[in-house]
Amino acid sequence: MSLDTVKHAAETPDAAQPWKELGLKEDEYARIREILGRRPTGAELAMYSVMWSEHCSYKSSKVHLKQFGEKVPQNDAMLVGIGENAGVVDVGQGYAVTFKVESHNHPSYIEPYQGAATGIGGIVRDILAMGARPVAVVDPLRFGAADHPDTKRVLPGVVAGIGGYGNCLGLPNIGGEVVFDSCYQGNPLVNAGCIGVMKHEDIHLAQASGPGNKVILYGARTGGDGIGGVSVLASETFESTGPAKRPAVQVGDPFQEKLLIECTLEIFKEKLVAGIQDLGGAGLSCATSELASAGSGGMRVELDTVPLRDSSLSPEEILMSESQERMCAIVEPQHVDRFLEICEKWDVIATVIGEVTEGSQLEIFWHGEQIVDVPPRSVAHDGPVYHRPFARPSWQDALQADDAGKLPRPQNGAELKDQVLKLVASPNQASKSWITDQYDRFVQGNTVLAMPEDAGMVRIDADSNLGVAMATDGNGRYAKLDPYTGAQLALAESYRNVAASGAKPLAISDCLNFGSPEDPDVMWQFAEATRGLADGCLELGTPVTGGNVSLYNQTGETAIHPTPVVAVLGVIDDVNRRTPVAFAEEGQLLYLLGDTAEEFGGSAWSEVVHQHLGGLPPRVDLGREKLLAEILISGSRDGMIDAAHDLSDGGLIQAVTESCLRGGKGARLVVPDGLDAFTFLFSESAGRAVVAVPRSEELRFTDMCGARGLPVARIGVVDGEEIEIQGEFSIPLSELRTAHEATIPALLA
Amino acid sequence: MTTRIGVVTFPGTLDDQDALRAVRIAGAEPVSLWHRDKDLHQVDAVVLAGGFSYGDYLRAGAISRFSPVMETLIEQAKAGMPVLGICNGFQILTEAHLLPGAMLRNNHLHFICRDQTLRVENAETAWTSDYSAGQEISVPLKNMDGRYTADERTLDELEAEGRVAFRYLDGNPNGSLRDIAGITNAAGNIVGLMPHPEHAVEPLIGTGRTDGLGFFTSIIKKLVNA
Repeated sequence: MSLDTVKHAAETPDAAQPWKELGLKEDEYARIREILGRRPTGAELAMYSVMWSEHCSYKSSKVHLKQFGEKVPQNDAMLVGIGENAGVVDVGQGYAVTFKVESHNHPSYIEPYQGAATGIGGIVRDILAMGARPVAVVDPLRFGAADHPDTKRVLPGVVAGIGGYGNCLGLPNIGGEVVFDSCYQGNPLVNAGCIGVMKHEDIHLAQASGPGNKVILYGARTGGDGIGGVSVLASETFESTGPAKRPAVQVGDPFQEKLLIECTLEIFKEKLVAGIQDLGGAGLSCATSELASAGSGGMRVELDTVPLRDSSLSPEEILMSESQERMCAIVEPQHVDRFLEICEKWDVIATVIGEVTEGSQLEIFWHGEQIVDVPPRSVAHDGPVYHRPFARPSWQDALQADDAGKLPRPQNGAELKDQVLKLVASPNQASKSWITDQYDRFVQGNTVLAMPEDAGMVRIDADSNLGVAMATDGNGRYAKLDPYTGAQLALAESYRNVAASGAKPLAISDCLNFGSPEDPDVMWQFAEATRGLADGCLELGTPVTGGNVSLYNQTGETAIHPTPVVAVLGVIDDVNRRTPVAFAEEGQLLYLLGDTAEEFGGSAWSEVVHQHLGGLPPRVDLGREKLLAEILISGSRDGMIDAAHDLSDGGLIQAVTESCLRGGKGARLVVPDGLDAFTFLFSESAGRAVVAVPRSEELRFTDMCGARGLPVARIGVVDGEEIEIQGEFSIPLSELRTAHEATIPALLA
Repeated sequence: MTTRIGVVTFPGTLDDQDALRAVRIAGAEPVSLWHRDKDLHQVDAVVLAGGFSYGDYLRAGAISRFSPVMETLIEQAKAGMPVLGICNGFQILTEAHLLPGAMLRNNHLHFICRDQTLRVENAETAWTSDYSAGQEISVPLKNMDGRYTADERTLDELEAEGRVAFRYLDGNPNGSLRDIAGITNAAGNIVGLMPHPEHAVEPLIGTGRTDGLGFFTSIIKKLVNA
């Protein structure tokens, strides 16, 4: 086939084009013709198709995401907001932290190992492109039922991929989640987050300005993998009988990425780049059009200079390829030699593929002939925007009316005990160490807290002991019952987890996982969740710095539970003051902070004991969350708290079990006045935590809670080798440990 | 004069910064060495740190072993310079035939990261003299290819000559023969082990214990007294 040049396209307006196969709608294709005043060339069509995909353009979600930019809380910490590769916040002492969570859901179902591996690779490059050294990763994961045969295919592959890539890259994996629910059967959620650290003056942005500056592509050679990954995979619903989509999944090489990181950091150190962008979804199409669009506009690229793994690739394929471990930098001519020298030092291939021009068009040439001539903004930023119809689902009222409070409850101590053992052994509440032990949590030598702590924490300055913490949370069951509240509960839990570790929550990133936007039910869930999250962030004073939307997580007509996952970043002035979850010393006094009500809708208890999902999720009181966080942070700073554990799914008994097992000590608990044992143990009321207070600090601590108006109840003491609920039952720690730790290996090992 | 301890960075080395930090905390001067540079820059001892040099492609340590820096290092190690190989560094030492045996994939086929109890079997090497024989220490372990293997005769020799330096306690994490976690050469200047002492040198970081610091204080004492 002859080359489809711009000239040829102008001369052959009626040539048939595969816009439909590339995932474009008819009106989108018409709009491209209107923008260009002619039909697009094959290469242009390829670029528009990937950049206007749901994954890259946010065309269905944009109108809702706007709120994150409108409802911005007063927060001095924000240095770079939404729109760049990742947001950046000030953490003091001249340091800035950049962080973000992204999804790699669809590829991870098709090819679990590579899908999950390249998910890590992609988010790490986003962080790197901001000028930061990546310092830690986290992984919120969701799979189908734990005992489903396909989970045994997907989960071990995903975990091995995350480990295989992240471990080889030298980034400690410090947190995340693992959740099982049959709603994720066929649509596992593989989200990945990364934290990076830099000095304020090192922040880099993705823009190409300064005519004459060179465009350098460096990193791996471009191959045929991941072609159309964003348009074909991430932006369509899986059909149960479709063709195999494996070729659309990228293949990762963590060794190459490690070299790319060290090489890029050395280049940053010598201040050799004017702008930089990583190549992820939509590959070169994305990098060139976004860099040009954010700069002065003009760029000329000689596409045939791109180093290839497969010399038979067509220009369209080169533009669409999502080969991993590549970066694109804009470099002033006098710095080019030094730039290439550093690349050579690290054995990284680097090629000047073009330059920034005076004009306003992105022009791409193939062996001297022009194949692309587009306004870059029209590709990168002016994609279609849809106001998808949405409506409260007809089944929502019935679901909420199906109150979990009416489910039969345990009648005596023996039944309570039985249900506690069932709960802590259930796949969602069981220990995940079989999974997290496959990740390196020690590398870089700065890990202060990692799984199964409430939040991961790393030191970022060894002299001052400044540190950052991160927790990720989401509860699809809550969000299904009420997406607005569910999103706020995810935010509240993640915020609480960070505070429980002793760090002050600063800002958030989110990964919004939903079904098909073409379904008004799903769109309503999405609209409600984003509204809830934006309102919640405004009230808590934690801005959204960026994130990612993953739609089309559904197979056929069945969508996943709406699953907004929230990552909260916190800062701690001195990591010596961090609070672990372990009850480690006998005699520590246990206090329950917050109010406990009969709230069982969406609870772990209702799932484990009754396989039930109905009613309303726990109420949210963000004012209370803020107060609780202040107490947890003050308590940690002033040495009043030895351990803390947030209460969330599974309620108090789950938290106490985890803290006892972690510290290897038992606890004797008394049901406080005004509560029954069942509600005390299993309620999932939000805004609560359990803390271990040294006896010497008891008065100071309770006085502080009293003075600030936080309800506090003494519930027991750390003691012995069993967990005893006075007057109800007791269970030896060894029995709890077996129940808690045997489940996951038995299902998956 | 301060003791100078070098840490080599190969492409894909990950724990070099941690090893440099451990050297500094122990009181010596850390010196970064680069794989392409044959010059060891007058260091008194060298640490080959953990990681995935060359991506562990082909075989862990198999490519690094041919780096320019290794030419000098092999020569000087044979002449008595103290060398400690941690994890990937241990793998490189076996590939370079400075230590016998080899590491195979863990018997359970997974990467494993956990706190590991070890027994110090030989407290007379250059890197273990600050421990006592039989002492139990806990340091992080993290590897994919950590299963120590050698033929029976070599294993018997190692045992007979007291060259098994560390043994796994409380569960063998990877199927290593005779629970071997680390070994030494006959002269005691070259030591290799799979677990990571450099991750256990500060109370707040890693395991919360400083059991690994003894490796670095041992070598400093030895060099200062030499």
